[in-house]
Amino acid sequence: MGTEAEEVCLMDIRLTRKSRLILSLIPRYIIAIVVSVCIISPILVAVLGGFKTSGELLNDPFSIPKQWILENYGYILRLKTFWKQLLNSTIVMAGTVVLSTISASLAAFVFARMNFRGRDTLFNVFMIGLLFPIMVAILPLYILMRQLVLIDKLIGLILVESAFQLSGMILILRSFFRSLPRELEDATYIDGGNSFTFFRYVLMPLSTPALATNAALAMVFSWNQLFLPLLVMNDPANYTLPLGTMQFFGQYTANWSRLMAFIVLAMLPAVLFYMMAERYIISGLTGGAVKG
Amino acid sequence: MTAFIHGTEGLSLHTLSQLRANIEKRGQDRSYGVEKKLVIVIFLLPAALLFFTFVIFPIFQAAFISTFKWNGLEPLDNFIGLENFITMFNHEPFRMALKHNGIIIILSVLVQLPIALMLALVVGRKLPGRPFFRAVFFLPYVISETITAVLWSFIFNPRFPTSDIINSVLDSVFPFFEPGPWLGDPSKVLTAIFVVLTWKYFGLHMVLYIAGLQDIPDEVEEAASIDGASNFQILRYVTIPMLSRTIITTIYLSVLGSLQQFDLIWLMTEGGPVNASEVLTTYMYRHGFVSFRLGYGSSVAVVLFVLCLVFSIIYQRLFMKKEYSGRVG
Repeated sequence: MGTEAEEVCLMDIRLTRKSRLILSLIPRYIIAIVVSVCIISPILVAVLGGFKTSGELLNDPFSIPKQWILENYGYILRLKTFWKQLLNSTIVMAGTVVLSTISASLAAFVFARMNFRGRDTLFNVFMIGLLFPIMVAILPLYILMRQLVLIDKLIGLILVESAFQLSGMILILRSFFRSLPRELEDATYIDGGNSFTFFRYVLMPLSTPALATNAALAMVFSWNQLFLPLLVMNDPANYTLPLGTMQFFGQYTANWSRLMAFIVLAMLPAVLFYMMAERYIISGLTGGAVKG
Repeated sequence: MTAFIHGTEGLSLHTLSQLRANIEKRGQDRSYGVEKKLVIVIFLLPAALLFFTFVIFPIFQAAFISTFKWNGLEPLDNFIGLENFITMFNHEPFRMALKHNGIIIILSVLVQLPIALMLALVVGRKLPGRPFFRAVFFLPYVISETITAVLWSFIFNPRFPTSDIINSVLDSVFPFFEPGPWLGDPSKVLTAIFVVLTWKYFGLHMVLYIAGLQDIPDEVEEAASIDGASNFQILRYVTIPMLSRTIITTIYLSVLGSLQQFDLIWLMTEGGPVNASEVLTTYMYRHGFVSFRLGYGSSVAVVLFVLCLVFSIIYQRLFMKKEYSGRVG
């Protein structure tokens, strides 16, 4: 008899608790939604703007297009230079990711697993790269690349961008390699393997998550790089996407809807990539920065 | 488990001890020592070549070239000592650039980071839909500076209604606000740039704070709450102190990031109007590269490098205790 009443009473308490929790969530949702709108709206203006005439974009930037015009996006997609820049950016990005990942993981393996004199000093020298951005070295880099005949060459961008990725990558990979049990390495040697076989067939496959994280960060860095290509790329045939965007921006300030179509298509690969690799990008940044 | 133990028992004692002896022998073997040295050299070679050629060497070269007057084409023989540095510090736009870098750093640390922290607390824990908001807030970080600059040049363009919308919103929030063109007004241009910097980078800091918050056990705050602490007291005396390591890291990243900002500012204003948004990097590009004064530009680079280095060393000594702070940029 009494239990029923007790249960009702308990449910009441639970309900009020739950509704209080929901009430406390409302202001948080309002803030989160307002901020989301602030972040999304410039991007939305661009996406919709690409479907409008310039006149409509300028008068009514936030509205849904009265008539969906495909001409702006079509124009960009027919533009040979756009595809060429996309290709150049992809080549530089892929090259940077491969070169920096391989050389950084080889070095990180030595720093994590081998003892030799001067190891810590050398490691600290590599960490100097964390202290300054590519900007600081950019003029001498330009001179150096001119001496090495790397001006106007995609390989030049790959080499330099890889070099500037090394410090961060070695730092993250070294701590990851250290966390793997020592016995794995002993087992490889017992089975007659050497350092190369251990590195290639044990360490690398086990490190896929750490490598993916590093690769994702290197991709974002390389894909968005503007200053370096701006200095060393003279021939428009070698322009990367950011450089092409900058040039297009200078040319088409009168035709905003076409410009919007260009930047939307230019940001599309990065945004799609981000949607797929968000976990890796964020874990890379937080893992590297918070845990040291 | 037992099967495993039986398995080891099955392995004869003889083979086990032989294996151990093999490992020990390898350790003493001279040829093994040589092999090990070879491995170290071969493994370090690619990274060392890249790093010393393209990162370390240019820094020294910048320091060297900064003592010359040089246009980058003729032979490097006009040694002028520290004259570049003297010219630089007497050049009003350079001092303005330094000041603007300082303003951006102060605004980033005092405005952008608290906003990021607040939003991390808002969406940080136990908010259904958190992954969605986190993904949205972080999105601008992966959009390139170039595209960001084009987007916001449109938003701030005084000929378009978007600029009016910002003006009217700010007018209603701040009583002394005077509407006007954003990027064309020397008194407003830095604020406008700072708005864009915040849009683009607060997500990075927020993500770092969220990761830091996840490391704080719920019990600590619950205990404070049971002891009668108000929400504000919990934040002030429990949450923020426990986040201090993350906060120290974000300040570090924020300062170095502010010093290296180039793309956004150059594309939106080219440092103008009348040097009102000039920073060290745009100054270096304009007066070093565009005007073919590579010696002078290198001396600006040296100043930038020294600023980064001195800040890093002092900051790490004071706050970070032999921790490296992860990636820059």
